Amino acid sequence: MGQKIDPDLWSDDPQPHLMGGRLPSGEVVFPMPVGDAAKGVEPYKLSRRGKLWSWTSQGFLPKEPYEGPGSGPGEGPPDFQPFLLGYVELPGEVIVESRIVDARLEDLHLGMELEFCIVPFNMTHDTFAFRPVAATESKAA
Amino acid sequence: MSDNVYIIGAGIHPFGRTDGRSGREQGVHAVREALSDAGLEWPDIECAYGGSAAAGNADIMVNELGLTSLPFTNVANGCATGGSALAASQQAIASGMYDLALAVGFDKHPRGAFNAKPSDYGLPEWYGQTGMMLTTQFFALKIQRYMQLHGISRTTLGRVAEKAFRNGTLTPHAWRRSPVDLETILNSPMINDPLTKYMFCSPAEGAVALILASEKKMRELGADGVKIRAVSVKTRPPNSFEVFQAGISIEEGGKPTVLASKAAFEKAGIGPEDISVAQLQDTESGAEIMHMAENGFCKDGDQEEWLANGWTEIGGRLPVNTDGGCLACGEPIGASGLRQVYENVTQLRGRAGDRQVPGTPRFGYSHVYGAPGLSGVAILERE
Repeated sequence: MGQKIDPDLWSDDPQPHLMGGRLPSGEVVFPMPVGDAAKGVEPYKLSRRGKLWSWTSQGFLPKEPYEGPGSGPGEGPPDFQPFLLGYVELPGEVIVESRIVDARLEDLHLGMELEFCIVPFNMTHDTFAFRPVAATESKAA
Repeated sequence: MSDNVYIIGAGIHPFGRTDGRSGREQGVHAVREALSDAGLEWPDIECAYGGSAAAGNADIMVNELGLTSLPFTNVANGCATGGSALAASQQAIASGMYDLALAVGFDKHPRGAFNAKPSDYGLPEWYGQTGMMLTTQFFALKIQRYMQLHGISRTTLGRVAEKAFRNGTLTPHAWRRSPVDLETILNSPMINDPLTKYMFCSPAEGAVALILASEKKMRELGADGVKIRAVSVKTRPPNSFEVFQAGISIEEGGKPTVLASKAAFEKAGIGPEDISVAQLQDTESGAEIMHMAENGFCKDGDQEEWLANGWTEIGGRLPVNTDGGCLACGEPIGASGLRQVYENVTQLRGRAGDRQVPGTPRFGYSHVYGAPGLSGVAILERE
């Protein structure tokens, strides 16, 4: 396991949760606000399960501040690894933007069941992602 | 108080890439063209509003234009910089304080997609580090969901780009002036699914200047004016879905474009059916499609039929992006919103040459959208 890309982004539980915030109004937001904006906002462990709300692919190397493969010293576009990302609706909470892993673009569809996971991001850091709930498990649930 | 404000001068520096000429120099070029169009000299201008996102402060232009001591306000409103400059100059004249004002926008961006700093948008660093802070992703994510919900096909996305490049061939100020066929557009490299390379506009260079006048001044000068019927700029309402959002509310909220559009139509006292020509923010093909509905020109999903039937072509039911829009002109952020207004002024004056909308267009509509979720709409009228 690498270091967390941000120490407060997800919980350190054995089954980690992405961290959002609950506003005094009860509304759940992501990410957890920082600084003065965090006043009165309770850290809130977001659901590990959600449904795909929209998606796309990233086909080119982003410029800085991107720190993934292809961005390092002496690296360039040939070192870039395209990835999938999307918005995942966590029922009753909030819709979060996330990488999507262990899936092919052509398999993605609205409402697809996804679960939270931690994945390696670069040589030093991990990041969060969502992946399809395995078909068998999805049936059992 | 003079409620009636007119655009009496319009100038443009061609969009695209102009090596060896700074963004601000392109701005000065546009101002001189606008002055000449209006039959004015720089010392006649009483106040100015302008900006760029990446090419420096606009007020420095007085070095080249002349040190006339006029108040010159820098505007920085992302993609809506031009729209905000227009709104400010319109208000300056409508208030009765001034009779002649300048709105100017210019820019010069490096090649490749825009890169934004998370801290500039109040976002955590990881959002940029992990590669999720890209405007192109937002556009793809928004149209992907829209296509699923409203039955828009990839072919329709392609048709928007095909039309843009076709219109660009007719437009002297456009950057892309060669046609691109539908098949090439659909089969070009995928940037962010479902949007291919030819469906995106590119950051570019260019400048636009507009000179606004009170009715009294316009009549005194005998100028060829186009009336500003309404200008409206709106920032995002609660629970909206905008560019650069790591989290979105599960409650479906309003849209800044819908708000700006409704306010502008209300102010103008007309409806979408009255518009003869429209320039809608088309940073990519999907944006033009969604903005057709958000601005009230059609229902969600009807764009499929509109594009298949060519209703947004020059000569169609509602010509959209007659100069090729952002897709063919590129996007110099500070100038882009004013380019749309420039195009409508040109169309309403009947000076658009090969791309002239037939008949005598009376109402021109322009719409610009920018980060972090604001829209500017202007409705012009040829009296």
